[in-house]
Amino acid sequence: MTDKKQDFIDQKLQDLNNDGIDRRGFLKCMAWAGTGLVWTMSGGIPVSRAFAKTMDRHTGKGGDLSFVQISDSHMGFNKPANPDVVATLQAAVDKINGLAQPPEFLLHTGDISHLSKREQFDNVDQILKSASAKDVFFVPGEHDVLDDNGKSYLERYGKSAEGSGWYSFDKKGVHFIGLVNVMNLKAGGLGSLGGEQLEWMEKDVKHLSHSTPIVVFAHIPLWSVYPEWGWGTQDSAQALAYLKKFGSVTVLNGHIHQTMQKVEGNVTFHTAMSTAFPQPQPGKADSPGPMKVPAEQLRTLLGITDVNYVRSQHSLAVVDSTLG
Amino acid sequence: MTKKSVWVAGLATTVMAATLLLFAGSPSVTANDQPSAANAEVKIDNFSFGPQTLTVPVGATVTWTNRDDIPHTVVSTDGVFKSKVRDTDEKFSYTFTKAGTYPYYCSVHPKMTGKVVVQ
Repeated sequence: MTDKKQDFIDQKLQDLNNDGIDRRGFLKCMAWAGTGLVWTMSGGIPVSRAFAKTMDRHTGKGGDLSFVQISDSHMGFNKPANPDVVATLQAAVDKINGLAQPPEFLLHTGDISHLSKREQFDNVDQILKSASAKDVFFVPGEHDVLDDNGKSYLERYGKSAEGSGWYSFDKKGVHFIGLVNVMNLKAGGLGSLGGEQLEWMEKDVKHLSHSTPIVVFAHIPLWSVYPEWGWGTQDSAQALAYLKKFGSVTVLNGHIHQTMQKVEGNVTFHTAMSTAFPQPQPGKADSPGPMKVPAEQLRTLLGITDVNYVRSQHSLAVVDSTLG
Repeated sequence: MTKKSVWVAGLATTVMAATLLLFAGSPSVTANDQPSAANAEVKIDNFSFGPQTLTVPVGATVTWTNRDDIPHTVVSTDGVFKSKVRDTDEKFSYTFTKAGTYPYYCSVHPKMTGKVVVQ
């Protein structure tokens, strides 16, 4: 994993060097010191630039569609890693409301609650009401379907969804697919989509033209981030096989409470930060449990993901920005 | 140890108040005179069950305690037992009345697996 990560960093350094940004500048970005990186998909080749440089181009009025991904709010968590997850979720909403181009809607990629409790879902819903974007599209995390097999989650968020909560919708020519990979997990296994959902997905994308930009969002990563910690989905390859014909596929996940990117052919994978607490880098701790950091550092490790689609460029730009 | 003594004293009270002192004085002995190994514990730490394989006699009650900052479950792979979600410091107990091997896992984090061998 370390080697892969190093490869990833080297690749990004290469990209950044092309933009004339030195190593120091890049590492500052990697520390997420209140900045971020823009990823632009263009003909399957990712181009990265420092956030500030492309801000006007990608978050200005030229964008056809702008939305924000938030993730892992873990409402109800109150341990030392973050004793006030209400405040940090509110800070995320404030950040969203301050974006240059207001997002049209929000995606929440799961672990809305910490323990699937009604008051925890209530609390998140209440806080999100103060966001400028009124529509929020959810997929569940494993913390949202505890004990009742997802019943209360579905009653609240999945009334018009299929099966255990999957669905799709279209916005300005972009096709969005919300998947559920946290149900019926088997001993020793990873995240799972299951046969019924895969069958639905195959039908869902069948009629779409190859030029339709696709955004897939689900809680657990749909690529093998670190199987030793369960950070992957065992049948994701089948889901991705259905998307091979499309020129632009963006996969957005949560669950690992840190940003990671990977580009594989036509597919860009991206994980978001949590709004609640950070988790360690793969294999860098005894377990993936909440990472305790000095209080003044916490908000530099939490954040939101802003995504912009520019029709004429046939590209989606993904920008992570921290809360502090 | 304190908790165990309280539990035994409580049980003794419901069985026979007159024996309270006797039981409180020797907390490892139960009303059925079973050996002390009848009660065993599994700790959940750092997303793992410890010990991962636990061997107990028939009739043993096993208690799992979650010591992580994240909730876990204890679910029998063969559907024999299933806890509700256990948050930090919460416990789950199950009494094994038949010999056999009982694999289990955390249904929230299925990479976490363990086994109870009942002899």
